[in-house]
Amino acid sequence: MSSTTPLLSVKDLAVSFATEDGIVRAVDEVSYTLAPREILAIVGESGSGKSVTVMTLMGLTRGVNARFGGSAVFGSTDLLTASEEELQRIRGNDIAMIFQDPMTSLDPVYKIGDQIIEQIRAHEHVSKAVARDRTIGLLDEVGIPRARERVDSYPHELSGGMRQRVMIAMALSCNPSILIADEPTTALDVTIQAQILERIKQLRDSTDTAVIIVTHDLGVVADIADRIVVMYAGRIVEQGTVDEIFYDPQHPYTWGLLGSITRLDRERPRRLPSIPGSPPSLLDPPKGCHFRPRCPHEFDRCQEVPPLEAHVGEAPGHLDRCWLSTEEKRSRREVGDGQIGLARPQETPA
Amino acid sequence: MIAVLFAISVITFAIFNVIPNGDPAFRLAGHSATPATIATIRHEWGFDKPVYVQYEKTMEKIFNGTLISYSTQTNVDTEIRHDIWPTISLAVGAALLWMFFAICLGMYSALKAGKISDRFLTALALVGISMPVFWVGALLSYYLGFKAGIFPNGGYTSLTSNPVQWAWHLILPWTALSILFIGVYSRLVRSSILDTINEDFVRTARSKGLGQRQVLLKHVLRNSLIPVISLWGLDFGAIIGGGAIVTESVFNLGGVGQYAANSIQSLDVPPVMALTIFIAFFVVLFNTIVDIMYAWLDPRIRLS
Repeated sequence: MSSTTPLLSVKDLAVSFATEDGIVRAVDEVSYTLAPREILAIVGESGSGKSVTVMTLMGLTRGVNARFGGSAVFGSTDLLTASEEELQRIRGNDIAMIFQDPMTSLDPVYKIGDQIIEQIRAHEHVSKAVARDRTIGLLDEVGIPRARERVDSYPHELSGGMRQRVMIAMALSCNPSILIADEPTTALDVTIQAQILERIKQLRDSTDTAVIIVTHDLGVVADIADRIVVMYAGRIVEQGTVDEIFYDPQHPYTWGLLGSITRLDRERPRRLPSIPGSPPSLLDPPKGCHFRPRCPHEFDRCQEVPPLEAHVGEAPGHLDRCWLSTEEKRSRREVGDGQIGLARPQETPA
Repeated sequence: MIAVLFAISVITFAIFNVIPNGDPAFRLAGHSATPATIATIRHEWGFDKPVYVQYEKTMEKIFNGTLISYSTQTNVDTEIRHDIWPTISLAVGAALLWMFFAICLGMYSALKAGKISDRFLTALALVGISMPVFWVGALLSYYLGFKAGIFPNGGYTSLTSNPVQWAWHLILPWTALSILFIGVYSRLVRSSILDTINEDFVRTARSKGLGQRQVLLKHVLRNSLIPVISLWGLDFGAIIGGGAIVTESVFNLGGVGQYAANSIQSLDVPPVMALTIFIAFFVVLFNTIVDIMYAWLDPRIRLS
């Protein structure tokens, strides 16, 4: 995948907000690329800056209090410096977004069909009737039964799962090259969650749309993502392919995340393991590595910010931000966290 | 609705019966009436009957349009039919005027929230709310009407006889009545917009690639006007029903409100009764209209 030119390339992205208490550095030194047809997952807990990272791509964090640094190049446009008019053309058309809460993300006073038609007509000069037909097709495509009737439903007449499908249909209405899904399944129950994720994966396969999926749940992305970016306190602490992250996690924070997934293939622990402590305030983050205060493997070098670099020789795309050597990491994660590192699937003889 | 109107009429009638207003028969009979005349009148008008019979009679007359005023001895029904036009003119014009300015100022204020212009408008709204209508009305009519002679000094010309004069006579009353409401409503619109603008669906609208104007007018404004419109309907109903007593009196428009004010002053029970029912009817009517409008504006209410 690294051979193709990236669709989106984010470099040293920094976002800070001036608040009454001081400057909050929500996102710092975030760099990643997105290849065509790739599903990239950005994982982290609340306040890690994962949502801000993607909303910034859409220009949705712009405001008097926000300051940006770095670049986010899509095609030939830097999304950070693009004018509001340029962004308007890109939003919904080239980059579309699905949000966390489908219950509140649709305008309650308009029919769902009209809300999708509105988007199509914002970007393409087509008649209402054409846009309406396309909308019905889209609703059908995302798995809404009786789409021809449902197109005239109001949001409150649909369930959460159906509304999220409407959001997906809306996001796909102009055939975007990137679909950003910000916690698309967090507000849904588990069965619907699986259906929505499956639908997103199918859409990538059928429409060639690249997907950035933001979540706090590693379990959600295990199935569908190609690559994973792990964020902590505004910075990327590790990134790599799904296999690299799950089978050979390098950063102690990733170990903690993996350790707190409930596993069906292991005996149930008495308590769900968790990472002790809580994320630092971004008003006054700790010096050096942001994870240092919670890290059991901290040593004196952690006072300096570790660079995001490749440390695993055989995997040049597997980057992490930790001063420990690869050998130390591999030995410590087994001892300290026991549960970490899933067994690699056995090669089955053909 | 009927129950509400009934209760209101009974209470009003009761109040006017316990007020030490003297005997209506005395007033009807005139200055130099003999006790015999008064007795006749008392009998003819039914003042010697029990209170509940009087109430019943009055109500009957209200609804068949034969109610006669005690003090002016004119037909109350005719009077109200005549006076309703200035009142409607005043209410419709003022309501449109204040809503228009309230939306403009409220929206501007919300978009500039926290900046100097917002603070200035906040202060201005407070001034508007604090100025009593009789005072503003008097100032307007004195300086612009009497002194400068730009506008007529009170009075009313009907729309059908001369539309230009109609509007000309109403500009000052509209303004005087609107100022208070613009103050109140612009604050309402502002806070409602600020609530709405942070809603998730507004973010969705922006992420769809809609222009700023479309997001604001179609998604933010429509949603934020829902609570404001309901209040608007109620205030409008109250003014139609004669709620703008002060404005009508200051500018001598001869509307329903002014009629009510005059009747109360002379303790003239029949028109007061009729007007009370009339006002209550409009308040209740517009309450219903507001409910219907609510359902139209907000589809979530239609089903439930």
